[in-house]
Amino acid sequence: MICDSCKERDAVVHLTQIVDNAVSQLHLCEKCAAEKGVETSVGMPQHPLGQFLAEVQQQVAVPAAEAGRCTFCGASMKDFRAAGRLGCPRCYTTFEGSLRELLRRVHGHSRHVGRTYSAPVPEHREQDTIRGELRERLRRAIETEQFELAAELRDRIRVLGE
Amino acid sequence: MTIDLSLLPDGGVSWLDASGSHSDIVLSTRIRLARNVDGYAFTSRAREGERLRVLAQVREAAASSASLAGAFLFRLDELQAQDRLLLHERHLVSKELAGLDANHPVKAGSAVFLGDGLGVMINEEDHLRLQSLRSGFALTEAYERAAVLDRELGGRVPYAYHPEFGFLTACPTNTGTGMRASVLIHLPGLVLTKEIQRVLTGLQQMGLTYRGLYGEGSEVVGNFFQISNQTTLGRSEDELIDQLVHVVRRVIEKEEEARRVLQRDAGYIIEDKLWRAYGTLRFARSLTFDEAMNYLSGVRLAVGLKLITGLSVYTLNKLLVFSQPAHLSYVEGRTLTESEAAQARARYVRDALASEAGSNG
Repeated sequence: MICDSCKERDAVVHLTQIVDNAVSQLHLCEKCAAEKGVETSVGMPQHPLGQFLAEVQQQVAVPAAEAGRCTFCGASMKDFRAAGRLGCPRCYTTFEGSLRELLRRVHGHSRHVGRTYSAPVPEHREQDTIRGELRERLRRAIETEQFELAAELRDRIRVLGE
Repeated sequence: MTIDLSLLPDGGVSWLDASGSHSDIVLSTRIRLARNVDGYAFTSRAREGERLRVLAQVREAAASSASLAGAFLFRLDELQAQDRLLLHERHLVSKELAGLDANHPVKAGSAVFLGDGLGVMINEEDHLRLQSLRSGFALTEAYERAAVLDRELGGRVPYAYHPEFGFLTACPTNTGTGMRASVLIHLPGLVLTKEIQRVLTGLQQMGLTYRGLYGEGSEVVGNFFQISNQTTLGRSEDELIDQLVHVVRRVIEKEEEARRVLQRDAGYIIEDKLWRAYGTLRFARSLTFDEAMNYLSGVRLAVGLKLITGLSVYTLNKLLVFSQPAHLSYVEGRTLTESEAAQARARYVRDALASEAGSNG
């Protein structure tokens, strides 16, 4: 297939454009594609996802309400931008608005349609496991100065017995 | 050496046995599911105590998992660097979990369960990374086994899950299904006919991605590519797998077509090139890893084209793994310098090929 633009070289980039509900195909050679700003390089960047994330993140505005920190792990959106990793599952609720936008840009969607899941009821789990988990959560609550939560966790540990 | 890989239910290498479909082109299929335990910070932000609790909870759940019956737990935080490298070379743990990067040493609580074709990495980027590995092109089968293990563990350990976003992961690029489905595929025909760029560009337009032999950030060596889904949200596991199956089938057809073109248009040139590769491997006294990989790629192609007979794909697969530095040290029973490794590699390859030679030429 010949390039639609220069009509000389082989087309290697195939674009589908939708303008006013009309679908058109554009076939370009590497050179013309590059001139039109279409990325054709299939080279291997050192951290493909990291680079992509950084680019996406630059485009996502931070609403003032989400400038704070996660109440569970203390991470901020700034930490996320620096590390490319969120701090904990709770961050998804804390920064929900920004993340929904980010997920839409990364995946083209923000709603999960795969396997659904509900967590096991705690009764089925060993008392030791629950106690250990609560202790870890208590330590983190104290660290992030959530004293009300800490008091509640302490009570729950007391009920389970040492 | 402190670990004995023969203890593993499948020796850790059943994915090498070339028993699966299209195994001369597709080496292996892998499904990875990323899961996190609710109530803890993600691994990179978790304290040591949290990581150890995660490990304890997963161990408890694994004890009652039928899929992991007979599985072996390796505490990476208790292994020597050489042993961690060995597990990484077998594609059983990631570089990150094995702490092989000088800037990111192994963390307390880093561990891996290894069972028959199944594994669970613990305290990797996500708390759990479930892996199902199969020989050849077997995406549906690999996913089914991973899904069973997922249900077993998820029924005991409370996963972090959000009704809108799905399974929550440390990196939002994995959120949703948390699934990365990939095939390790050998495409020398497309590389030699220079069609590969076109195919790879096409993959990216389909929402798929490719990497080298060792996953993210690794280079393409020996014409081996890992093709996988790029996105994890907005499509179900089945849809993601169906699309990958469809595309990989097309890539296999393209590779087969390229091989026919090569034989038709450049028959003797290709034949000469491939026999030279075989000759080098058969008689060289020193081989670097990259050299070995490239010549093995040639010999694998020659076997695919039936130029060389009597040499099994299984032997070639084993050579890919066993010609790596930590494996050579493991076989020799001591740490090798680079030049010692190059000599040991040449000897190992020579012996393996000689034992199958006879009907060649």
